[in-house]
Amino acid sequence: MMPKLPFLKKQKTDTSTSLGTADRSEIFMPSRRDFLKIGSLAAGGFVLGVNFQCSGPKGEVITFAPNVFVTIGSDNIVTIVAHRSEMGTGIRTSLPMIVADELGADWSLVKIVQAEGDEEKYGNQNTDGSFSVRMFYEPMKKAGATARHMLVEAAAKEWGVTPAECDTEASHVILKESGKKIPFGDLVEKIKTMELPKPEALTMKEFSSYKLVGKDVPIYDAKTIATGQAVFGADVNLPNMLIAVVRRSPVVGAKVVSFNDAKALAIPGVKKVVKIDGPGLPAGLDKPLEGIAVLAENTWAAIKGREALEIEWDLGPNQTYNSAAQLQEMLKSTAGKGTVKRARGNFNQAKSASGKVLERTYLAPFYAHSTIEPPAAIADAKADGSVEVWAPTQHPQWARGAVAGALGIDVAKVKMNVTLLGGGFGRKSKPDFVAEAAVLSKAAGVPVRVQWTREDDLHHDFFHSHSAQRIVATLDKTGNLTGWNHHTVFPAIGSSNTPAPPSDGELDLGARDFPYEVPNIQIEAHESSAHTRVGWLRSVSNIHHAFAICTMLDEIAEARGLDPVDQALQLLGEDKNLSFASEMVGDYGNYGEKIEDFPWNTGRMKKVIQTVAEKSNWKQNLAAGKAVGFAAHKSFLTYVACVVLVEKDAAGKITIPEVHYAVDCGIGVNTDRIRSQFEGGAQFATSLATTSAITFENGQVQQNNFDTYQIIRMPQAPKKIEVHIVPSMEKPTGVGEPPVPPFIPALANAVYKLTGKRIYELPFKI
Amino acid sequence: MENYTLSINGKKQEVTAPEDMPLLWVIRDLLDMKGTKFGCGQALCGACTVHLDGEAVRSCSLPISQVGEGKITTIEGLSEAGDHPLQTAWVEHVVPQCGYCQSGQIMNAAALLTKNPSPSESDIEEAMQGNLCRCGTYNRIKDAILTASKSL
Repeated sequence: MMPKLPFLKKQKTDTSTSLGTADRSEIFMPSRRDFLKIGSLAAGGFVLGVNFQCSGPKGEVITFAPNVFVTIGSDNIVTIVAHRSEMGTGIRTSLPMIVADELGADWSLVKIVQAEGDEEKYGNQNTDGSFSVRMFYEPMKKAGATARHMLVEAAAKEWGVTPAECDTEASHVILKESGKKIPFGDLVEKIKTMELPKPEALTMKEFSSYKLVGKDVPIYDAKTIATGQAVFGADVNLPNMLIAVVRRSPVVGAKVVSFNDAKALAIPGVKKVVKIDGPGLPAGLDKPLEGIAVLAENTWAAIKGREALEIEWDLGPNQTYNSAAQLQEMLKSTAGKGTVKRARGNFNQAKSASGKVLERTYLAPFYAHSTIEPPAAIADAKADGSVEVWAPTQHPQWARGAVAGALGIDVAKVKMNVTLLGGGFGRKSKPDFVAEAAVLSKAAGVPVRVQWTREDDLHHDFFHSHSAQRIVATLDKTGNLTGWNHHTVFPAIGSSNTPAPPSDGELDLGARDFPYEVPNIQIEAHESSAHTRVGWLRSVSNIHHAFAICTMLDEIAEARGLDPVDQALQLLGEDKNLSFASEMVGDYGNYGEKIEDFPWNTGRMKKVIQTVAEKSNWKQNLAAGKAVGFAAHKSFLTYVACVVLVEKDAAGKITIPEVHYAVDCGIGVNTDRIRSQFEGGAQFATSLATTSAITFENGQVQQNNFDTYQIIRMPQAPKKIEVHIVPSMEKPTGVGEPPVPPFIPALANAVYKLTGKRIYELPFKI
Repeated sequence: MENYTLSINGKKQEVTAPEDMPLLWVIRDLLDMKGTKFGCGQALCGACTVHLDGEAVRSCSLPISQVGEGKITTIEGLSEAGDHPLQTAWVEHVVPQCGYCQSGQIMNAAALLTKNPSPSESDIEEAMQGNLCRCGTYNRIKDAILTASKSL
């Protein structure tokens, strides 16, 4: 029972556990089919013939749902379904805002409920790739407009006027001329019997008339969070539930030879010990690792029980893996010839004709997601073969499929409830921990919560790959940049021990989509193999690609005697849409969107660069001990430029007093959440740049907790983060990931200016 | 296993637990109060912060046997109506992103304000450095603490 992987362009249909190299898929490609389906669904077409009407006995609230996203109650409460997972981006507020605004609902009378995982009903729920707003802006408008259309029609009929004479406002239909009004709730009985409007009959509001969209709107859950009432993954409690803590294979692919659970079972509260069968190698993206689970009445007993387990492992082929050694081999390989994935002009010719060659290499480590909420999930496998699950999952449908697959049952028998996520960043896309809960509940015959510890989280993540890159740039005798040769290598997502280059999808994240007017470009990918589980972390390969590209460009500007901002504007050339088509070897993914629909526009990039330069006062003379760095990088179809100010304090310590971002993400839905993503993105990127790294020795992760895998703390945080949103009426694009990539090179470039030392490896101490 | 009588949020609670069970798991598992969060188990992240006699402590690393007669306050008991000046300021500044660390952040900040009702920015940084936020809400946390300190 392989779940659909909507983030993958090519979906695997067999039941194997891993995405092999042969069909390594392109990541972050929302499936076109999903998009079309949700489009028609929210327009009302999909629900024709499906009765979502509900009504209660007299005196109770009567409700009507014109589509799966909106329910209007006779109590005047509008209930909106949030079908994307909330991991901190504010999506649970932003998408319902669009529905409410188009409907004309009073936001204070809107109730938001979280959808369970159900692709048939809601369409794509894979909360990843910064595509929730991009994919659902129009469908959410239609969902609201459908309900408004019906309410207006009902009121117009009642008043004997035409619908055009009416509008909606603050959860009332109003007669525009007289101001006469009727609450939505009073119309529920009437619209219940009405036919749903045809999609072509719907009209959408003018953007300028929106009261929520384009404004700062506080997140729906702010108060429940501030009072400790919000429900996260581990917060669901069921009667007779046991808590499971698992000792997982210390090396990916390790198998249990034998185990002794006598001492574990002797600990008060420990009820059961269960072996989880892992897939071995390849480990796959959605399977639990092999392990021994201790099930107890409470978490502490389970933790103590696990400590008492005696396990003999066959560690398998990855037990000799050493990441530092692999990184050096990868670095060496970039000096050779890779697979050419994009070619413009003739780089080798440019090189031989050049006046100057700059050749630099860049290294970046493995990173763990380290969400403050470690993975946890609850499953209740029932006697009738069905199972109900509660999980902080970014991808409820994949999780549902993984549970069904692990239990050998039909997906329809899995009810997947989605809690709030205590951080996601890509980790909680993977359903391995959810499947664990289901397997253990079935084995124990009672509800089970599987609880990962911090050590589990750091040891058994799906890591962001370490990487090596080499960039060779050629300048002609007059100092023009004539050639760009970028070599990149990193163990790819879902790859295995078999050497392979990164997938096209990963290369499209910052490397192949190099946008600058350089006459000779050659992008080469090199092979490496994975000896751990590789996944995706907030902005994925853009992290290391932007680091290398934007620090190299800074160095090139210096060699040319140019200001790096001036150089970027110059290299982008005239305002135009880029077409990489003739230069790409293989398809260019463009984050799953047709390039005609979401073109790569140099004018928009120049605008964010000009904005950030102006707002940060880029060319100001700074006092001694201060320096600024610049970088610009488009990712996930969002244009971002960043200026970071660094300062050396009296003790010689470097701090980050100020950061400026300029962003063009098309139409901005919730401007406060756009800013908060950039504020947080700068902090997240500061950790990647300066404090965090995962390393392996003997196949095992060397970091155990936040003492050795460090993320920044408040004193290290960039202090003032100014986010300049460039007004735009272009199609909306996401902001979850785009803040991260340009920050790291902007910081590195600033640190260079301050210290005179170029940075070629992450993390770097400041 | 021992019997303990705890004072939590002004209420006496009887629990039976091994003496090494951290207060966090007593609160979460035995008393089913879920506002206090598990993050690291080693007093490195602050997600589990509660008050013991008004002091911020990391409940993941405080064995129940060491609690004694101390008065424990959790996020659920910080204010009756959820309107402690910090909670109000947290909403006003829309501090949370994912929200998971925020119970601990608020409890730690509350202990700070009890001791130092008008903290400077560097006082706040110093006091809050034990509380990690992976989403990176540090600046809004600081702003919210400054706002709350003004309304005390």
